[in-house]
Amino acid sequence: MAANIPTNAQAQGGIGVSVPHTEHEDHLHNDEHHEQSFISKYVFSTDHKVIAKQFLITGIFWAILGGTLSSLFRLQLGWPEATLEWLTPVLGKWVEAGKLNPEFYLALVTMHGTIMVFFVLTAGLSGTFSNFLIPLQIGARDMASGFMNMLSYWFFFISSVIMFSSLFIETGPAAAGWTIYPPLSALPQAIPGSGAGMTLWLVSMALFIVSQLLGGVNYITTIINLRTRGMSMSKLPLTIWSFFLTAVLGLLAFPVLFSAALLLIFDRSFGTSFFLSDIYIAGQALPNTGGSPILFQHLFWFLGHPEVYIVIMPAMGMVSEIMATNARKPIFGYRAMIGSLLGISLLSFVVWAHHMFVTGMNPFLGSVFMFLTLIIAVPSAVKTFNWLATLWRGNIRFTTAMLFSIGFVSLFVSGGLTGIVLGNAALDIQVHNTYFVVAHFHLVMGSSAFFGLFAGVYHWFPKMFGRMMDEKLGYIHFWLTFLGVYLVFLPMHYVGIAGFPRRYYSWTGFDTFSQFADLNKFISVAAILAFFAQFIFIFNFFYSIFRGRRATENPWQSNTLEWTTPVVPGHGNWPGAIPAVYRWPYDYSKPGAETDFIPQNVPFSQTQSSNMPYEREMAD
Amino acid sequence: MSTSSSTLAPTTNSVELEQPRSGTWDGGNEPFKASYGKLMMWFFLLSDAFTFAAFLTTYGMIRHRNPVYVGDVENFEFSTAYWPIPEKVFNAFPGFHGVDLPLAFVALMTMILIFSSVTMVLAVEAGHRMDKNDVQKWLLWTILFGATFLGSQAWEWSHFISGHEEGTLLSDGTMFHGANLTMNQYGPVLFGDLFFFITGFHGTHVFSGVCLLVWAFIATTNGTFEKRGHYEMVEKIGLYWHFVDLVWVFVFTFFYLV
Repeated sequence: MAANIPTNAQAQGGIGVSVPHTEHEDHLHNDEHHEQSFISKYVFSTDHKVIAKQFLITGIFWAILGGTLSSLFRLQLGWPEATLEWLTPVLGKWVEAGKLNPEFYLALVTMHGTIMVFFVLTAGLSGTFSNFLIPLQIGARDMASGFMNMLSYWFFFISSVIMFSSLFIETGPAAAGWTIYPPLSALPQAIPGSGAGMTLWLVSMALFIVSQLLGGVNYITTIINLRTRGMSMSKLPLTIWSFFLTAVLGLLAFPVLFSAALLLIFDRSFGTSFFLSDIYIAGQALPNTGGSPILFQHLFWFLGHPEVYIVIMPAMGMVSEIMATNARKPIFGYRAMIGSLLGISLLSFVVWAHHMFVTGMNPFLGSVFMFLTLIIAVPSAVKTFNWLATLWRGNIRFTTAMLFSIGFVSLFVSGGLTGIVLGNAALDIQVHNTYFVVAHFHLVMGSSAFFGLFAGVYHWFPKMFGRMMDEKLGYIHFWLTFLGVYLVFLPMHYVGIAGFPRRYYSWTGFDTFSQFADLNKFISVAAILAFFAQFIFIFNFFYSIFRGRRATENPWQSNTLEWTTPVVPGHGNWPGAIPAVYRWPYDYSKPGAETDFIPQNVPFSQTQSSNMPYEREMAD
Repeated sequence: MSTSSSTLAPTTNSVELEQPRSGTWDGGNEPFKASYGKLMMWFFLLSDAFTFAAFLTTYGMIRHRNPVYVGDVENFEFSTAYWPIPEKVFNAFPGFHGVDLPLAFVALMTMILIFSSVTMVLAVEAGHRMDKNDVQKWLLWTILFGATFLGSQAWEWSHFISGHEEGTLLSDGTMFHGANLTMNQYGPVLFGDLFFFITGFHGTHVFSGVCLLVWAFIATTNGTFEKRGHYEMVEKIGLYWHFVDLVWVFVFTFFYLV
């Protein structure tokens, strides 16, 4: 895979232009002649493409686990009276007399949230595609620092191992919700899940943040310093813009979670009182005074809110790219798309307290945060209408990736509308902590980001593995998932409006909610079916790696630079010189052009028939 | 699907191929005229600044929740009922036992750290001149100042932990001297907690900085940077060192002055 990188001299001889040399490139050229061992090629690899695949496959592992956990608690919610004795071989002592242990139920929802938000949709999504696409699409041989990139994966791996092992300890994994609010999470005597499981959770997340930091500085500096000749910021594919801003958000938001986690570790293990005050537990007063649990919420949501954009923005970027390619049209409003990404990034840091409307905050402060929150609807709507306008009268090719991209927009709209409801303090107070909130964020950021992830995998699979994924199976996967998601989350809104609170183990004790027994059962059936539909994807993915139809260099007839590499690019990406860039990435169906796409590396002098007046000048 | 890009791809032997644009941000160069390593250091520091900002915000919020002392400064006594006056807590100086020297020692520590920044600048400047001896000399001074700061902090901590003579009368009638993470004689529990946590976190940064400087000193002595042709590593560590100094200015302001 990595044996065919020529020397500098060959690279320059290939094309009559000189190639910019950084110290880094020379290093790569000279280094990659010898055959690599299995260990350095596939395990401790510094090749961004291999690291991307490592992130992807670890992410798939976590997604299966996260989905399994959700199926388990949906069993409990859908059939609260059923005996779950048959789960004993898997869950062991957590099934007591045919019933799921209520505290283990809390652990299930906590771990489902943690795994999906951080390990799948942060590391699995942006870890995979930022790594894979940044060097390929900006025209670089690799990341700025391949070594730090490798460390980034292995910190994530260690963090994964610790989080995974916390599932198996005696007192169970963390159980205070994925937001780990103290005092519940700070006091081991509160619930079993606040014991060793919580400690492991905090250690694992601290390592996860290190991984994010190492990855983030790499993505940012690579995009700033290693763009190929001609690749100005206004010629970057929207994927790169979204990865760039995602990395900036991660760099600024995760350290604050790190601070909160460190303070919580001190409260838990060293007797400080940062988040603790006036607590009676089992009739006994704790010595801690003066701390504030609300302070933790502020620190947590200062990360927590940018985090949802860290999850959704890479998906937005990939959807923009896939949609333009498969609609055979330039993306509508390229600069508006960048502007709205910038707007969302900026606003994401000043809206965190809309998660805290019921903490007794000053109503004036609440209305400031409400105002700022509702402004986010503007850049979001700009993006949505631009996607719709891109589809409008396009020559749409319904590839699997395209279907998932369209599905993404659908879910983003459906979930986004309820976001306007929840952003209003007066309305939020009514539905706070109900299934309405759960339905909202699962549509707008959970399922949407998953759809972006699927779209990305189907679209870039040929570049990753040199083979195509099966389209028929892809269609089946899409329709089952798309319907499944709506069948799960639309009814959930009704349960939520009725006031049904999230994280409740059982609701049969409340007359108000027993009327929703059928609806809850329905949601559970849909959720479990949708989960099993994902195995079609997993089969398709692994089967196609080995047996898929062989891909061509540019199967989607796309304009971006990754499709100018060989079918399976080696370490260094281009066997010859790195192509230079002359035009933006969205010259699809340009009037007068010979073909309906003109890749970024084609100079204007070769496309006289389709040049715009100002482009004709550039060709001279 | 067979529309190959061969008709469109740049022909390899074309001599009249126009050049792509070559402005500052047009790719193929370093727009900030900084290597990727230096950029990474800048972005790491930006990130680290948010960690410290979170801690100092925590300090601000908790301090705001506690009442301030009202009354004459002369009659001030330590009490858990209000936040202590820093001048009354930090008024000791090694060798001057029993003399009231408010903030004198911490002012000296701050001066030492600021001096270490000056010597760091001189080391970086010597690196630009490729003057190995000068780099060595100024790195050594910086290490010395950094280590002195750490030692001073150790004294400050141990004095804070062992406490003043007067102590605080506990509800069970015993006297308590000094501080730990669960109680202290100076004021609310969190006064001690935050002092240990934030100055400790900063001290950890200084310690890492000193380790990096020692490593850079060894590498300079071995001629590693001279062979490399530049002293950029010293420059990167310098960025880190100045950042840690800057953070101290904020910590100093919050804990001792305000």
